[in-house]
Amino acid sequence: MTLPAIRRVSGAALPLRGDDVDTDRIIPARFLVSITFEGLGEHAFEDDRKAAKAKGKTHPFDDPLFAGARILLVNRNFGCGSSREHAPQALARGGIKAVVGESFSEIFFGNAVAIGLPCVALPGEAIARLQSLVEGAPKSALAVDLEARTLIADGKTLPVSIPENAREAFLSGNWDGTSMLLERFQGVEAVAARLPYVAGF
Amino acid sequence: MAATLFSKVWDLHTVRKLPTGQTQLFVGLHLVHEVTSPQAFEMLRTRGWGVPFPSRTVATVDHIVPTASLARPFADARAEEMLTSLQQNCRDFGVPLHDLGSLEQGIVHVIGPELGLTQPGMTIACGDSHTSTHGAFGALAFGIGTSQVRDVLASQCLALDPLKVRRLDVTGALAPGVYAKDVILAIIRRLGVKGGVGYAYEYGGEAVSRMSMEERMTLCNMSVEGGARAGYVNPDATTFAYLKGRPAAPSGAAWDRAVAWWASMASDESARYDDRVTLDAGALEPHVTWGINPGQSVGVSGRVPRSSDVAPEARAQVAEALDYMGFSGGETISGTKIDVAFIGSCTNGRLSDLREASRVVKGRKVAPHVKALVVPGSNAVRAAAEKEGLDAIFRDAGFEWRGAGCSMCLAMNPDKLEGRQVCASSSNRNFKGRQGSPTGRTLLMSPAMVAAAALAGEVADVRPMLGGAR
Repeated sequence: MTLPAIRRVSGAALPLRGDDVDTDRIIPARFLVSITFEGLGEHAFEDDRKAAKAKGKTHPFDDPLFAGARILLVNRNFGCGSSREHAPQALARGGIKAVVGESFSEIFFGNAVAIGLPCVALPGEAIARLQSLVEGAPKSALAVDLEARTLIADGKTLPVSIPENAREAFLSGNWDGTSMLLERFQGVEAVAARLPYVAGF
Repeated sequence: MAATLFSKVWDLHTVRKLPTGQTQLFVGLHLVHEVTSPQAFEMLRTRGWGVPFPSRTVATVDHIVPTASLARPFADARAEEMLTSLQQNCRDFGVPLHDLGSLEQGIVHVIGPELGLTQPGMTIACGDSHTSTHGAFGALAFGIGTSQVRDVLASQCLALDPLKVRRLDVTGALAPGVYAKDVILAIIRRLGVKGGVGYAYEYGGEAVSRMSMEERMTLCNMSVEGGARAGYVNPDATTFAYLKGRPAAPSGAAWDRAVAWWASMASDESARYDDRVTLDAGALEPHVTWGINPGQSVGVSGRVPRSSDVAPEARAQVAEALDYMGFSGGETISGTKIDVAFIGSCTNGRLSDLREASRVVKGRKVAPHVKALVVPGSNAVRAAAEKEGLDAIFRDAGFEWRGAGCSMCLAMNPDKLEGRQVCASSSNRNFKGRQGSPTGRTLLMSPAMVAAAALAGEVADVRPMLGGAR
């Protein structure tokens, strides 16, 4: 099924500092007790937000300065842990349209691509600079250009990396891949036929 | 040409190279549970797709199952809805379901091997990151998200990029009281929680060869905690002996053909790896986590680090973990007071885990301030343990003996930590809030170490408590 192509995401950004942010933190397991993804957006980082509040601090997701942000700025190994697709769903349903980070967990990255949420990578120093920039000037407009493989911020253009297949999927609108897997089904049947265990040896 | 098990299985299951550059890979066994599948089945309905290989698909219910009472409807109406939805979806799409109350019900990563569904040379997928467990049999097993669950239900295939292979040679022999759990915690401590990103881990060496299948499952289970999406052990005589006679395993003349094929899928001796790491099993002691990710562990005789002990770029993360856990840094891990002891999960909820823990517990009492529970990984594990009288040993000591499920590993059922409770847990994740309380704290360790902590009321070295040979 062809979906709307995603070429460019622009808007304000939200800095979320820290390495190894796991998907239990992005969306705690109690919100997975549901047969739909509806309503997850408002619960993204719920426990981290409460913990910040209890210490008299403001979590970036609660900070009015970052309200309406569309681009999430994260550090290393973002989305590690559980394979729950509820994590990118919660971010996307909360208004995040792209994630920019130093690196991503593989399962998180695949899940994000599958729901149309581009994740692009930049070196750690560039991420740190961007996070500082946005913390200092919260409404700074950033743009992730998948076509040009760049991020535009503060008048500068930085090259970003994204696996070519993911980029291609977004640009073509083929990021929802089931149809592609069903295209040549005789090939699937042929593989099943050559696997000794499928026939019970 | 010499090849790894990874590349043999990958090549054999490749349908085609997709226009996107990824590989379309046939999935030999798709395991389904109630949490990550309802949205996928709904998408199938929307698109008008069926499940073309229902016999290569197996479902069960595990995450939301209450372990104190199975009375229906469940107290949590949303959990009840999830089970009802799974039952309906399995009926509508012809997927076999090992339902609540059945002897075959249990944690999906416990019942797959138990039923003989998990076999060498297969590709296996499940909407759960701990699918890596099945790699213990020499299968290529991946955790996937819900959109990919939809892909596999509808096409029996995944679009994936190949992984590199890192060989981990675990040399020597484990000392008594040191287990597969300690090996994997030590590996993750050394290589980091992102050290395995982009890799499949192939575990081998003397210590792994000596491990039982259940120990190998523990090892492979936590590959994903080290960032590796898959981990595996080459199939050998131990693997075949485990499978023989299991309900879904081949029998008669087919058994001999199966064993020959399984053996042929193992990595060739001269196979080349993208990376190699060696770890001396003989030098390991029991491990305990002190922080908020599974890489933050220390030997039981060691001390919690200070943030000043680590490299400048790692300090903020250590400080955050110490703050959350309530450690100041520098204290011994041994002696850390606990409130709850949890023995169970897809990591360590199997019969041998319960046996090892029961050896520690037998004839002793749980500390008065500790709530201790045993949650068998499956109904079959529970029944087998009861047959051996393990339930009585645990109950006599003051443990609660529960029904099977995921339970307090992630607390999607009523088993949850409260407030800032500290839990000695045989599970796999010590993330913030993981065990159901947003401020709850988890110390990961082996089941025997959890038993020792339950008795002592604090983290304690299990080795002096284990009398006699293993």
